[in-house]
Amino acid sequence: MRETIRFRLNGRETTLETEGTRMLLWVLRDDLELTGTKYGCGISECGACTVLVNGEPVRSCLYPVSQIQGAEVLTIEGLASGDDLHPLQEEFAERGAFQCGFCTPGMLMEAYSLLQKNPRPTRSEILSGMNGNLCRCGAHKRIVEAIEAAAQRL
Amino acid sequence: MKRNDLGPMAVDRRDFLKFTGGGIAVAIMLKDASPLSEAMAQQRGYPADFNAYVLVGEDGRVTVFSGKIEMGQGVETSQAQMAAEELRVSLDSVDMVLGDTDLCPWDAGTWGSLTTRVFGPALRAGCAKAREVLLDLASERLGVPLARLQVENGVVSADGEGGRVTYAELAKGQRIERTLDREAVLRAVNEFTLMGTSPRRLDRVEKVTGKARYAGDIRLPGMLRARILRPPAHGATLTSVDTSAAEAVPGVVVVNEGGMVAVLHEDRETADRALGLLRAEFQVPEPTVDHETIWDHLVAAAPTGRTGEEAGDLAVGERASTKTFEHTYYDHYVAHAPIEPHTSLAHREGDRITVWSSTQSPFGDQGRIARTLGIDQAQVRVITPYVGGGFGGKASGGQAVEAAQLAWLTGRPVQVMWTREEEFFYDTFHSAAVVKIRSGLDAGGRVQLWDYHVYMAGTRGAEVLYEVPNAAVVSHSSNDAHPFATGPWRGPGANTNIFARESQIDIMAADAGIDPLEFRLRNATDSRVRNTLEAVAKLADWRPGPAPSGRGLGIACGLDAGTYVAHVAEVSVDRATGSVRVERMWCAQEMGVVVNPEGATMQMEGCITMGLGYALMEHIRFRGGDILDRNFNTYRIPGFQDLPEIHTVLVPNDDLTPQGGGEPAIVCIGATIANAIFDACGARMFTMPFTPERVRAAMA
Repeated sequence: MRETIRFRLNGRETTLETEGTRMLLWVLRDDLELTGTKYGCGISECGACTVLVNGEPVRSCLYPVSQIQGAEVLTIEGLASGDDLHPLQEEFAERGAFQCGFCTPGMLMEAYSLLQKNPRPTRSEILSGMNGNLCRCGAHKRIVEAIEAAAQRL
Repeated sequence: MKRNDLGPMAVDRRDFLKFTGGGIAVAIMLKDASPLSEAMAQQRGYPADFNAYVLVGEDGRVTVFSGKIEMGQGVETSQAQMAAEELRVSLDSVDMVLGDTDLCPWDAGTWGSLTTRVFGPALRAGCAKAREVLLDLASERLGVPLARLQVENGVVSADGEGGRVTYAELAKGQRIERTLDREAVLRAVNEFTLMGTSPRRLDRVEKVTGKARYAGDIRLPGMLRARILRPPAHGATLTSVDTSAAEAVPGVVVVNEGGMVAVLHEDRETADRALGLLRAEFQVPEPTVDHETIWDHLVAAAPTGRTGEEAGDLAVGERASTKTFEHTYYDHYVAHAPIEPHTSLAHREGDRITVWSSTQSPFGDQGRIARTLGIDQAQVRVITPYVGGGFGGKASGGQAVEAAQLAWLTGRPVQVMWTREEEFFYDTFHSAAVVKIRSGLDAGGRVQLWDYHVYMAGTRGAEVLYEVPNAAVVSHSSNDAHPFATGPWRGPGANTNIFARESQIDIMAADAGIDPLEFRLRNATDSRVRNTLEAVAKLADWRPGPAPSGRGLGIACGLDAGTYVAHVAEVSVDRATGSVRVERMWCAQEMGVVVNPEGATMQMEGCITMGLGYALMEHIRFRGGDILDRNFNTYRIPGFQDLPEIHTVLVPNDDLTPQGGGEPAIVCIGATIANAIFDACGARMFTMPFTPERVRAAMA
């Protein structure tokens, strides 16, 4: 059923007319052209599609768009303020906490949420908090270090 | 950081056709704008003409062309460093164009850790030649002899009052039709200002902001998303299909041609639904082999071996040995599992087709597409945006051919983005394999006999490595023995072979009561092996002692892509569950001249982390042609909680040209962990991965 969905996307009021059962991932990528959010597995196992809904990380590949009615949605495209990168983005960039970069948007969104809830995580809290996000290149060591460095700055 | 899939480049702006779709502009450059001549594009070797590699724009920006692709390994940056070093321009002035078959010099594919060691010299030579030609032009322009000229940051200046001129003023954005009457000498290591340094990666901002474009992120007006009917198992044949329900869905286009049945729609989820409406029947062959019986099958199916490395006489080695050891090692099929599934977008314009593809082999895809469509290669352009991981798995181009066929037939731009399930199903897995070794040791702890047979893993990594007077390495390989496709997987074959060799070496060391490092040094004469082993021992503060010591320390070494590596692992083994945790991992790598030490280190770290997977948890389960693991819910890859502490060191060797870096540090991971497990609890692992069940069984 087509619904009118009003929500805030990266701080801007947005209105969509679409089927409420569609998954947020495809609405973001195909309707709204926000292609930073990636498809990786389609079953909430890899985290490449992670975005924040009302501050909570969700796997947008299995998140019906009807559920964002009235919500605040933050994607990778909304993490920087203009040209000013978020400290997490700066630390990822400076420390080479990415390789192919395909999992990176999801990693950043998950890490952003982690630091929002726990501004001074221990290493073991970072490892468990990030464990649902897969990286095949093996950038894990630098991702952990980048999150620790960003936490120091926030 | 400029990319060929993103907006106009400074090559020839007149020839751009511009499509805009929803805010993302895609520029397509016509063939005749190419800096490559047609003849050169047909050539299958690296061109001698420096114009193939570099173009200096009127604005002073330097565009560097390479047929290699960026899939995370950092070669966009390292190639820019090599080019800028030889050209004497700043790194900031370089724009890289990678993997575009219309613009870049031909390349077979980005694999085998070949970019730096094999393409690197060609790129550097081309850029050095360009530098010398520009110096000749400057000499003429300024009326000053070459000996009085120097160049820095793309500005040629003469000493005294001789004046100055920029590369931009000399080249004016044009091909330079000029030959060089002298050798263009590459810059020496002691002259390097960019090579050997670690600038930040050129792709860093795009990749942390979500702006980096992958094949699935390209948009064209009117594009269709395709879903393709797949068989339930490899080897299955389609016996009937009813497409009527799918055809009834508004906007759905159905293609049923030449064995391919596809449903297409502008909206991916509608295409997904339409796929579910196809009524298809397949004939599936009875499975004859599965993941438990595969090794017997492979050994039975293996042809008579081909002997490679050979020394002395095995019978003599037998007599010289006081004790012989005979063991068999097993390895499973392993998936590449890049986080980006295979994706392509194809766009037909008249008799030409352009395909944006996540591929390690744009020129290979170009040829496959041309053959499939029955057109000339020159009618096909493949453009490679950033690739979301490859590891050897994005070399066969299946999705590119599918997208091209569908775009050719429908006349609309078509995106094929494999689902994760398709990604697993059509993966060209790391081959299951068997290695049988019979070795012998004399009373002095020296290896006298090495009788080595490898089935299906090939000879990469199968070198004896140690000084063994009587040795034979025999490879039994066949591509037809597998129930599905196999192919190169980061360090192909070497992961298997080195697991077997370094385990066998460890078994002999333990039997002789000799510390495993000391045993290796006693049997190795190659100075690069010894230097690397000594470097990792120092890094890990190795305390000698025969295994099993209970400490959980293992060591192994290997050679891959011209690079020597040695690792030490520290593991803990839960004796009740058999579960293994790698606590720390040390790695020393000697790779000749290092172009980008930080980049090389990132590859070492990546290799170690990815290697934990094949060593501890990854294997594809299957029944005949049916792949049972098709997503990350049952196929587990290493995650953050598996991450050990990682320490690395690069062993200097500036006497050797740059060697491979993308794969070497993964090849010892299985062996190092196996040896560490033995040291921890006395259980010897002969089958990868070392799952808790296998470790429990080995302890019993």
